[in-house]
Amino acid sequence: MDNQELIELLKFKFKTDIQNVYIRFKNRVTLQVKREVLPKLAKYLFKEHKARFIIASAMDSGDKFEIVYHFSYDPTGLMLNLQVALPKEKPEIESLVPLFVAADWIEREMHELFGIRFLNHPNLVPLISDGNWKEKTFPYAKKTVKKT
Amino acid sequence: MKTVIPVGPYHPLQEEPELFKLYCDGETVVDIDWETGYNHRGIEKINENKTFDQVFFVVERICGICSTSHPFAYANAMEELAQVKVPDRAKYIRCIIGELERLHSHLLWVGLAGHFIGYNTVFMWAWKYREPVLDLFEMITGNRNSYAMFRIGGVRRDIANDKFPAIRKVLAGLKPKVDMLLGAVLDDPVIHARTKGVGILTKEDIIDYCAVGPTARASGLAIDIRKDDPYAAYGMLDWKVITAEEGDVFAKAAVRFLEMYESIKIIEQSLAAMEKLPEGDITAKVKNIPDGVGCGRAEAPRGEVFHFVKSDGSNTPVRHKIRAPSYVNIATFKKSCIGQSISDATLALAAVDPCYCCTERMAFVYDACSKKKIMNGNDLIRLSQKRTEELKRKL
Repeated sequence: MDNQELIELLKFKFKTDIQNVYIRFKNRVTLQVKREVLPKLAKYLFKEHKARFIIASAMDSGDKFEIVYHFSYDPTGLMLNLQVALPKEKPEIESLVPLFVAADWIEREMHELFGIRFLNHPNLVPLISDGNWKEKTFPYAKKTVKKT
Repeated sequence: MKTVIPVGPYHPLQEEPELFKLYCDGETVVDIDWETGYNHRGIEKINENKTFDQVFFVVERICGICSTSHPFAYANAMEELAQVKVPDRAKYIRCIIGELERLHSHLLWVGLAGHFIGYNTVFMWAWKYREPVLDLFEMITGNRNSYAMFRIGGVRRDIANDKFPAIRKVLAGLKPKVDMLLGAVLDDPVIHARTKGVGILTKEDIIDYCAVGPTARASGLAIDIRKDDPYAAYGMLDWKVITAEEGDVFAKAAVRFLEMYESIKIIEQSLAAMEKLPEGDITAKVKNIPDGVGCGRAEAPRGEVFHFVKSDGSNTPVRHKIRAPSYVNIATFKKSCIGQSISDATLALAAVDPCYCCTERMAFVYDACSKKKIMNGNDLIRLSQKRTEELKRKL
């Protein structure tokens, strides 16, 4: 299956759940999705299409947190980014650990850096902060100020 | 009675600051736990205060051994973000640097793996043959490590055509040495007995842990970013992805050995291609970095390195996410070590080749109840070497 077919299939299967599709290059596609649908979409990619989970990048965009889940579809070299937005007052999202172990460390890391809660994570304890900074302080959470 | 063996906070042999706790029942490892962050450097945060050009020098220092793979992935991310077209000569130079690094990194691993199992001659050989590669780096870049070759849009230094014979001479000298090492290591019955069937990772384990690099390829998964999502000049060169099916320590060693030949092939082809290109055309002009995101990846000796950069149009990144291959590969220890003996677990831990740094600390073995010290790090190595001696006597 080539990249175009995969994107069309995803659009067809997850019609309204995919809010936006950005195709920057042949091998870089970003899908903006609702947070409720992320586990379903990730499962579909991982189980049905053998897409490999690379990592997730969380960021603080001022009024909200954003997480970009990077998946690699190795047969064509496509990098599929699933972007979800989380409101600051309730930064919660379903954990992907029940789906694949690879999400374990990064979810723990995002939890201690940004304070994002991953629901149904089996072991949401600090990974790197022990002895480095205080508990319940999130060094990467910030207010984005436009730099000059 | 279960015994807890902490290995760390700096691993005595492998150079990453991490603490492994092996839970043992007699000689058998029944569970493994790990703690990271002992030496958390906050590089992602530091980069938010560096200009895009300065970030190269910071990410180069993430890992001492694969010090070019992070700038490689970062350059790919930035060039995607700024939509820069890199000149062909720079692409080939990048490939040469990347592959020389793979050569010296794999040789380093072969040497250390030899030391783990008590074959110190292999250690001496491999590190001796690695030296000319490091000398090449010094000649090409001015440094044996942290080469500072990459920049957005190309490379900082050209490799002049008159240096090609020296590079070819080193490669020609290296090939018979790798042949000899390959024969000495992979045909040895004791090494077979010591590494075959040890620390097996199945294809399913690799998929579940999303492991990358030689760790994945030794379990039959042909994933290599250089082939799957070609960057630099890899798409223009003829080489193949090396795989093995067994997933044990032996398969990982075999994959690394055979990859060295492919690296030599890539460098030779890059040199031949560069001879047809004008000297000095090594960088594209980059005016400014627009608002947006860039994802770059590169195949380091240990697997895929991933960089994600978000820019707001200023001269510093708003967010820079880095994922080194060991981040996903280390987690596979949970699968490869459980059920092994302590001496084999030492080898299984080493087989994924986690990054090495120069700090060595002692590892102590405690009795979990009395907290009495039983062994230190050197004893662990001796234990592994003793096992090899026993096998030697048996065979």
